[in-house]
Amino acid sequence: MMRFSTLIKNPADWMKGSGPHSEIVMTSRVRLARNLRGFPFPGFSQEHQRIELLKAARPVVEELPEMRDGYSVDYTELSKIRKQVLVERHLVSREHAARTTGCAVVIDRRQSISVMINEEDHFRLQGIRPGLNLRGAYELVDRIDTEMDAALPYAFDGKLGYLTACPTNLGTGMRASVMLHLPGLVLLDQINPVIKAVGKIGLAVRGLYGEGTEALGNLFQISNQHTLGEAEPEIITQIEKVIEGVIRSEQTARAKLLEDHHTMLSDQVGRAYAILRYAHVLTSKEALNLLSMLRLGADLDLITNCDRSLLDLLLLEIQPAHLQLGAERELSPEERDVARAEITRSRLQGIQGPPDLPVSPSVN
Amino acid sequence: MKCDVCEAEASVFLTQIINGQMTTVNLCEGCSKSKGVTEETGFGLAEAFVGAAPRAVETSPDLACPSCGFTAAQLKKIGRMGCPECYDTFREGIEGLLRGMHKGTRHVGKRPSAIITAAPSPKPRRSSVPAPAPAPGMTSTITTPAITLKEETPAPMPPDINKLRAELDLAVKEERYEDAATIKAEIDRQTKDTAAK
Ligand SMILES: [Zn+2]
Ligand SMILES: [Zn+2]
Repeated sequence: MMRFSTLIKNPADWMKGSGPHSEIVMTSRVRLARNLRGFPFPGFSQEHQRIELLKAARPVVEELPEMRDGYSVDYTELSKIRKQVLVERHLVSREHAARTTGCAVVIDRRQSISVMINEEDHFRLQGIRPGLNLRGAYELVDRIDTEMDAALPYAFDGKLGYLTACPTNLGTGMRASVMLHLPGLVLLDQINPVIKAVGKIGLAVRGLYGEGTEALGNLFQISNQHTLGEAEPEIITQIEKVIEGVIRSEQTARAKLLEDHHTMLSDQVGRAYAILRYAHVLTSKEALNLLSMLRLGADLDLITNCDRSLLDLLLLEIQPAHLQLGAERELSPEERDVARAEITRSRLQGIQGPPDLPVSPSVN
Repeated sequence: MKCDVCEAEASVFLTQIINGQMTTVNLCEGCSKSKGVTEETGFGLAEAFVGAAPRAVETSPDLACPSCGFTAAQLKKIGRMGCPECYDTFREGIEGLLRGMHKGTRHVGKRPSAIITAAPSPKPRRSSVPAPAPAPGMTSTITTPAITLKEETPAPMPPDINKLRAELDLAVKEERYEDAATIKAEIDRQTKDTAAK
């Protein structure tokens, strides 16, 4: 199996912003909840039962063809910062990272598949693809799931489907989610109707990332809430259809910004570039919001030589655990703000700012 | 959009269809964390149980899963099951709940390979399905369902809007989001009615 440093060293393909509709859709993720018969769920089991299950199941997962050369770690042997790095990469859930004895995660070489053992369910299988590609993400976990099914006695009920610790996951046990970057809709103040419309169809929308109190970085996650009564392909098709609608709204908003609000847009992008390029102290919140504007500027060609993958990687690198991993020690929040500014300045060094724009009609 | 709990800017928007009505609960990041609304579990959660099933559970809080000993009282408290076999014990008690939570109450979609090959019985029971050879150290338990949980019936909503608002506050404070959503839907409906008049 591979070492942690080797796993982390190379960015995964999905971190580089190059998938269908990557200018708006960051990632597509699908996770499946699975459990074994005859074992209490992790939340209600004794420690020795969790360890017993882990001992029996972990080798099975490690031996899957897709996982064979991957990374596998028992949580008792994983430092807090390393765990947090995996959380920031979406390879393990926050909830799982908070646990220790009897828990492990197995991650494939490409950081596209992860299998959490003894999460809320015995297994949480997750696949990630860049851009809008839930189908691709589902194919990843579907394959692993079928292989695990051949070796392990899954808990399944003819009527209720895959049995899960929480009834909200019954049936397919599948949660499909898409991370969207929607700065256009936010700038035009059109985000709320979109959120409402999506919610009406029974999907959950949340603004997220980071620790702040608002939709940081204009990032939103949309996922299904129902898992029972619909087959996996139906659920995925429905979400993709909704997402395509949201993409169109965001595209329209961006076109409108270019057309009707060029000055405001250029101002936002220009300020974002200037601060990110020259600041020496950057809070998480400020950095995320400014990087969002810079990404928008890059996507709209207001900044011409800036690669989206550089920004998407930076988005990961500036998160607390990644900063501390780089520094090889714990950093206080103030130290992190300095380290964040430093890495941001260095990454943006080769990027030219937005060109001086011709004087806009509104000034004349 | 403001957080329904603390008035800060909301960043977690949870939407559910309850009794055919769309309701949204908006929470700020801080409140969503402190209320245990996680990225994974979304809205259904423990609170759904606390809010929707107390009457059903109260009928026999001592009802326990023969396989793991998990009781109806615990189910009410944590909103999750103790083991897969618990679903046999508490099956009927949660059916009404599942209707509000999901698109249907019958699974469609992928099935384990051992189940695809088995002839489906008209009313399938998990325990009637032949088990694949258990992995080392694993036991599979056959249980007979012992169900007495009552189907829940929707409680009539009190008409007074101020009372509803107070109830909403309380529900959110006590983290009963399912309740909160139901109450909010009623308030929205009444407000709309009033506006229409
Ligand atoms: Zn709040
Ligand atoms: Zn049980």
